[in-house]
Amino acid sequence: MIDRDPLAEAELRELVPAVIGILVSRGADFATAEDAVQDALIEALRSWPSDPPRDRRGWLVTVAWRKFLDIVRSEGSRMKREERVMAATLAEPETSSEPGTDGVPNADDTLDLYFLCAHPDLSPASAVALTLRAVGGLTTKQIAAAYMVPESTMAQRISRAKSTIAGSRLNRPGSLSSVLTTLYLVFNEGHSGEVDLVAEAIRLTRTLASMIDSAEVDGLLALMLLHHARRDVRFGADGRLISLADQDRTLWDQRLIVEGIEILQAALGRDELGQYQAQAAIAALHADAQTVEDTDWVQVVEWYDELLKLNESPIASLNRAVAIGEADGPVAGLAELGRLDETLPRYFAVEAHLRERAGEDEAAAKLYVEAAAKASNLAERDHLMRQAARLNSR
Amino acid sequence: MAKYLMLKHYRMPEQYMDYTPMDQWSPDEVDAHVAYMNAFADRLKDSGEFVDSQALSPEGTFVRSGGPGKPPVTDGPFPETKDLIAGWMVIDVENYDRALELAGELSAAPGKGGEPINEWLELRPFLDHAPSVDE
Repeated sequence: MIDRDPLAEAELRELVPAVIGILVSRGADFATAEDAVQDALIEALRSWPSDPPRDRRGWLVTVAWRKFLDIVRSEGSRMKREERVMAATLAEPETSSEPGTDGVPNADDTLDLYFLCAHPDLSPASAVALTLRAVGGLTTKQIAAAYMVPESTMAQRISRAKSTIAGSRLNRPGSLSSVLTTLYLVFNEGHSGEVDLVAEAIRLTRTLASMIDSAEVDGLLALMLLHHARRDVRFGADGRLISLADQDRTLWDQRLIVEGIEILQAALGRDELGQYQAQAAIAALHADAQTVEDTDWVQVVEWYDELLKLNESPIASLNRAVAIGEADGPVAGLAELGRLDETLPRYFAVEAHLRERAGEDEAAAKLYVEAAAKASNLAERDHLMRQAARLNSR
Repeated sequence: MAKYLMLKHYRMPEQYMDYTPMDQWSPDEVDAHVAYMNAFADRLKDSGEFVDSQALSPEGTFVRSGGPGKPPVTDGPFPETKDLIAGWMVIDVENYDRALELAGELSAAPGKGGEPINEWLELRPFLDHAPSVDE
């Protein structure tokens, strides 16, 4: 059964962008081709478990093309005569070629799709949804479940995203950085439901890295692998958030750490530093330390300096204050924090941490309560409340 | 079946807030409380009575239209006397008695010293869809 076999489903998903590329190369417009492939994908998920085709890609191309023609014909009654003629011309490849023999999967087509789906005219949420469907080969239902919205809402978001980019050609509009932002959003904000979006983001980034020669793509892949290495220990058995300092480091996934560090070192060697490489370097320094005390905090601070030169991000500034608190002591950390805007998310959580390190338990406990009230997720809120409780019961 | 909303408050008129605030518990007591809430939701999922559960940030704003072509008018944060919704659980149950029973159970989550906090919850029935038969 394909729904009990994640490998088979992953293999099917990998075919999706290539099949969209084939339909587009036959003259289909992107929006309709993408709908047709989605329909074919849903049919494959239904019928393959009991009746698996020998040539999976050929099957998908044939069925998707048939779905495409169905869509075009059903819209035909509303179309002008010349458009109907064009639709008829488009119908030719089905009879002129055997299933699966045309349009050998073209890495360039797939790469074009990454750029198109992360088009800068799209909102981040729309780019994420479209990327997951057209590049990731997820169904609308799976994407909706992952972002906890009704399926009809997600369908509408995707459909509007496609209208937004309807005039764009498949010639890599926008920039690689918007593609990377989109993939990082999938990684960072994905919930794990039926589909593990974190694993999906890594798969898509890995595929991207294999198609394009860029130190930053490699940097993003390294960053994801290094964070993913801690996935099993970030939360306790009871779902409780465990901070980096308290994690059992022997349970970090060494295989992912080794791979991440290798990819990062090769990327850094190319001397094209970017924000993802800098973030990966910080993650690598943490991964390298056997205990939190072993962390090379001076180097962590230096990498935050690099990161802030590349990208002035408030989160990086806050994290830099934490790192200074470790490298030069809590008083220095608090002085650094004092330079920042206290309305930043997690400002009070950082201040609480530094005050506690400075021995100001009472002030720290109050700040933890305040930080809990400002937390943006439940796990973090409970964690901060627990910190306050810990200090108050000393 | 009938749907009910169980509302939890951060702040209510004083006579309704009679348990020790969470930051005065021990860390283990905080964990036990969270575990009780999770187990409660899991049990309702198993019994086929769970619909949804969400938590809200205490920080909110009053907003209203500022008129055509003008930005919306905001006010807030809420005055201290205003009660404040912390979150909710939606259940779909056989009848009102079952909803009461579940709300009572949720209210008895453990707090300081492992004692049930017996916090006040607000139980509100959903307005139903109009039936298909109208006599």
